[in-house]
Amino acid sequence: MKYFRSHVLVCVDPECLEKGAHQVMDSLNDELVATGLIGEIQVLETSRIGGCASGPEFMVYPEGVHYVGLTPDDIPFLVDEHFLKGRIATKFQAPVKKIVDEELSAPTAKEVRIVLRNCGIIDPENIEDYIAQDGYMALAKVLGEMSSDDVLTEMKLSGLRGRGGAGFPTHLKWQFTRDSKSDLRYVICNADEGDPGAFMNRRVLESDPHSVIEGMAIAAYTIGARYGYVYCRAEYPIAVRTLNLAINQAKAMGLLGENIMGTDFSFDLEVRMGAGAFVCGEETALMNSIEGKRGEPRPRPPFPAVKGLWDKPTNINNVETYANVPQIILKGAEWFSSFGTEKSKGTKTFALAGDINHTGLIEVPFGISLREIIYDVGKGIKEDKAFKAVQTGGPMGGCLPAKDLDLSVDYEALIAAGSMMGSGGMVVMDEGTCMVDIARFFMDFIQDESCGKCTPCRVGTKRILEILDRICDGKGMEGDIELLEELCTQVKSNSLCGLGQGAPNPVESTLRHFRSEYEAHIFDKKCPAKVCKSLIRYEIQEIACTGCTVCARNCPVDAISGERRSPHFIDPDVCIRCGICVQVCNFNAIEVI
Amino acid sequence: MAEHLIDIPVNNPLLDPDQKRIIDQVISENYKKPGATMVVLSELQNKIGFIPEALQAYIADELDVPVSAVHGVVTFYSFFTTVPRGKHTIKFCMGTACYVGGVPQLMEKAKQVLGIDIGETTPDGNITLEVCRCVGACSQAPVIVIDEDVMGRVKPSKVPQLIKKVQA
Repeated sequence: MKYFRSHVLVCVDPECLEKGAHQVMDSLNDELVATGLIGEIQVLETSRIGGCASGPEFMVYPEGVHYVGLTPDDIPFLVDEHFLKGRIATKFQAPVKKIVDEELSAPTAKEVRIVLRNCGIIDPENIEDYIAQDGYMALAKVLGEMSSDDVLTEMKLSGLRGRGGAGFPTHLKWQFTRDSKSDLRYVICNADEGDPGAFMNRRVLESDPHSVIEGMAIAAYTIGARYGYVYCRAEYPIAVRTLNLAINQAKAMGLLGENIMGTDFSFDLEVRMGAGAFVCGEETALMNSIEGKRGEPRPRPPFPAVKGLWDKPTNINNVETYANVPQIILKGAEWFSSFGTEKSKGTKTFALAGDINHTGLIEVPFGISLREIIYDVGKGIKEDKAFKAVQTGGPMGGCLPAKDLDLSVDYEALIAAGSMMGSGGMVVMDEGTCMVDIARFFMDFIQDESCGKCTPCRVGTKRILEILDRICDGKGMEGDIELLEELCTQVKSNSLCGLGQGAPNPVESTLRHFRSEYEAHIFDKKCPAKVCKSLIRYEIQEIACTGCTVCARNCPVDAISGERRSPHFIDPDVCIRCGICVQVCNFNAIEVI
Repeated sequence: MAEHLIDIPVNNPLLDPDQKRIIDQVISENYKKPGATMVVLSELQNKIGFIPEALQAYIADELDVPVSAVHGVVTFYSFFTTVPRGKHTIKFCMGTACYVGGVPQLMEKAKQVLGIDIGETTPDGNITLEVCRCVGACSQAPVIVIDEDVMGRVKPSKVPQLIKKVQA
């Protein structure tokens, strides 16, 4: 391979071509020949760079300088300045646009990026970018020099556990599937990331789809599968598109399909889309959905490893689990297991959201404390308010209070504290959040998403929601807390699948840590966080109100009246307590009582 | 099988030759796939916009599955609708971060501006208001999705402007 000191990428999209991109390119080549630089600088055609409106344009790497508005006559000057004298020809330089990745910023000191290693660094729509980052090397290594047993041993030593949340050892799942007698086996990637507040898998699929494909191919080789499915939720159209593109590119390169890399191993992959049912993230419901049925869970056992998709042995793992696999194979189990705790090895991605300064994706080694995640990686609570709770594990997880901040983040510790790892959503709440309202919010979600197959979940969650509704409505009764506790126990122990079994977690964990808030709602008819609409009212402070009429104009129900330049008044009977007036008031004149 | 359902003329895309062609094409492209029901329904929901009873019966016939199975699937998943949506949909993300971040206030404002409730369509058939599950853009909460565009950090005062843009 020839090395060049600089690469010039000339945009040749239709708009730039029309403006003479090829003429500029010819002139550039001529000039490089004339100056004798042609062996040092490579000129390439590329697609859209982003300045076509003022094209023709090109980028110079490694400096990353973007030149626009060029004509063939400008080229001699530019070559002289930039390539001979080494100065940026600012005359033609495009205004530098600061590209801000709102989801994924540069890793902080406490982060380790294994799953997210390529995100934001490579072009997800170009397989060569992935290959340049050692992509498909792990698959080559597996196909070339490792037996199925070798892979299983490596996975066992690595200690990789299911990243979907339950934390089942990956090597055991693979082994069970491999050892089930059958003519056909399937691998499935669970990309139905339905937990509100979680978007780690979406980002991996959109930014580094090949790592998941490669992980699945390695799993398929190990268990002896010929076909695979990625089940992706319909709310992620870009992920589906990127994945389909990646699969087609891999097929074109012979990395998927018949006789991969000239071996006997053949593996084909297809994306199937969900249709907006949260329960389909449950593995057996997901398989029903792929089969074209209602996404209702099946009783387990038999487990998917024995009787899964179309009753064949099926290995199903989460996106993040598969994305870890190629790195483990390439860098070795020892390297991987050097991160994390004794029982939870490696790293975990989390989506930080809520009242935290730095929202977005992070990847941290297991064993880090919640405090480090929230205050060091997440840069603390917004507006320096007090931390109240962090919700982990999605709607079936739990809320952990300030006293649990020093908890080590691993599978076992979170379960012991009454929450769970879940897929990795982490919603931070400050003092302005009402925990009863949050429990009600999650129960509303679960009750709506319950598939209705088993009674404890279908009816139980409905009854829990009704009780929470009336507590938030100021109609809570003595005995409601005890009733909630009993219902939670029943739903938890009698439901068929993880959705019902985990459904009571938000209620139980808030009852455990924030019981006084429930009591305040029921006995004092007060919402301490001033959130529950029936228990608060809004009042305009006469002294602070300037009569600017902003609140009255923004009120959706015309509950605010008053003359311009004189204090306004809120009619509590009309007011729906939406809080818009508080947000729009520039003088902090509206108080919640 | 279920012939009588196909004859219901109300909102039947099968009676429109262009749509009928799309429907038949989707079915012929996918009927061989294992588990084709979901694939066909997803495609048709996208291309036709809704799956009324007559279409369910037609799909059932073509795929050789009971119409009850198709109806069961259509009513199970929230992405499938049996009535047409408006020309544009405004979806409010009900993920945790958006809920905490103020989506309920955006909904109030939109309801006020359009005079319809969530789940309803304006009388002119232009805009439908819906809530949706977490779209995974939590770092930009509160989020609304107008047709395919995800918009983050929306303020209640911006809602009338956004709606005007959709109406234009």
